[in-house]
Amino acid sequence: MNSALETRLRVEEFLIREAALLDDWRLEEWGQLFTEDCRYLVPNLTGDPYESPARTLYMIADDSHHLAERIKRLGKTTAHSEHPRSKTLRLVSNVRILGEENSHLKVGSGFTTYRSSQGRTDTYFGKHEYILVPAGDTWLIEEKRTILKMEALRPHGRLSIIV
Amino acid sequence: MEASIRNRVRDAIDIDPARRTFRIARSSYVDADIYRAEMETIFSSCWLYVGHASELAAPGDFKTRSIAGRSVIFVRDGEGAIRCFLNICPHRGAQVCREREGSTNAFHCIYHGWSFGTDGDVLHVAEEDTYADGFATAADRNLVAVPRFEEYRGFWFLNFDADAVSLRDYLGDACVYIDRVVDQAELGMETVGAPQEYSMRANWKLLAENSTDILHVETLHPTYLDLIRTNSEGQIKRGKMEGNSIDLGNGHSVVEREATYGRPIAKWISLWGEDAKVEIDGIYQRLTDRYGEEIAKKMATYSRNLLIFPNLVINDIMSLTIRTFQPTAADYMEISVWSLAPVEERGTVALERRLTNFLEFLGPAGFATPDDVEALESCHRAFAANREAPWNDLSKGFHDPAGDTIGETKDEVPQRAFWRGWQQCLENAERLP
Repeated sequence: MNSALETRLRVEEFLIREAALLDDWRLEEWGQLFTEDCRYLVPNLTGDPYESPARTLYMIADDSHHLAERIKRLGKTTAHSEHPRSKTLRLVSNVRILGEENSHLKVGSGFTTYRSSQGRTDTYFGKHEYILVPAGDTWLIEEKRTILKMEALRPHGRLSIIV
Repeated sequence: MEASIRNRVRDAIDIDPARRTFRIARSSYVDADIYRAEMETIFSSCWLYVGHASELAAPGDFKTRSIAGRSVIFVRDGEGAIRCFLNICPHRGAQVCREREGSTNAFHCIYHGWSFGTDGDVLHVAEEDTYADGFATAADRNLVAVPRFEEYRGFWFLNFDADAVSLRDYLGDACVYIDRVVDQAELGMETVGAPQEYSMRANWKLLAENSTDILHVETLHPTYLDLIRTNSEGQIKRGKMEGNSIDLGNGHSVVEREATYGRPIAKWISLWGEDAKVEIDGIYQRLTDRYGEEIAKKMATYSRNLLIFPNLVINDIMSLTIRTFQPTAADYMEISVWSLAPVEERGTVALERRLTNFLEFLGPAGFATPDDVEALESCHRAFAANREAPWNDLSKGFHDPAGDTIGETKDEVPQRAFWRGWQQCLENAERLP
């Protein structure tokens, strides 16, 4: 197997494991996939998804502090929108290596995430873009940017899960 | 036999002055006939928010929006004037603009090719020579402007009733609080980026009640309160906060109270660091210089939850947000939320603080708003039992049935004000069956 293909398969395996942690609500373990200076970004559904969150309104623009707090929140029974917990399934596909610089990998994937709760099922879809840094025989996530492709969060009404 | 709408509106509010109770019939949230009556009265005769002047920066800039079910074009014309047209071709009725936003010299109808300037005047009628002389230049070939379109301090509203009172008179005492928000800026206010657009599977009146409701904060949003305690290392005061909930008339209301969180203008928290303290102290000082100590203190360290009846919220809380919601059925609404900031914050760390504060609480992915969505959708689901369990209770702080205009911050004064405005608006309507 050539090394580019092997890298893609290893990355794909990493992303599938990440999705499984989220599907299983193992959020603390999911948080451990991130570096200490990480960003977790979900741009607004309208506008340039690459404009800085310091200059424009995002949906989520977590630094490591806010990501840790988000994980803590979702673990509490008082995070009412996700307690009782919704049932979710994340399908990850179209995995590509978009670039490599100083051993940092830039990776893209397409996703569909289903969320089912209180008699309703909503579908979120879009693409994830990651910056991965090597850590032993795997990676850590330095940045995860989730670009939602729906026109609006309608009828979802909320983005209370990590899609 | 169903009671008439008029009777249902009359009976929607149940007041017992002796027991000091104020109750709302839950059928008022779910009844499709009530919803239709609201659309024909409230949403056809009240001033409805369209957008902020700053969203249309340059001539030709436009947004298309759905206001009370009507598609409208909010546009700055070639001369720089802000206008609002119904988005319907005078010829055969197609929408003349199907883009959500953009900048243009003209709107072209895709159906038969008529086109219109940004001032609404017709530019081109296809095969003009096959019509009578003067047809293509007659005024009724132009786009139809909304019947009334007025502005207060950058906030543009429309009214579908040509005979409505002026916007200024409609807003009445609410202007004091709009001023208190807008005056915080030294160079004016502007929206930051695009609105967040989401929805709720719930009746619109639930969100009107919720937006000025302080009573729910500790029970529904403990995870947000945990976050801000972490952010401020416990420096935020606990316990009773100074402030009031106020009925502003016409269904409008405000809760103004001591803020329990950092405010970009101007209440410092430790998370922001010492440099920010110097900067925020400076902002506070300049407010004091401009408006005096008392007003500056209110502007800087108090928050304001303001509801402009029926569907505009200006919440000047941990960040500054404009929220409007458009019902499309008794059990569904589309919500749009903007972040508003002083122009002078553009490109500064102050704007970053403001946006971070916004995302910590607000919006469909914040630490609080998703739980509001959950609570209000759960109310709406539960209202299916309105025959067996008919009443919602809004009696908190209902001390004076004859003069219920001001209360403690957690009293249900704003919710009662909303419902009185709702009833008054429906009862005054001539078209009510």
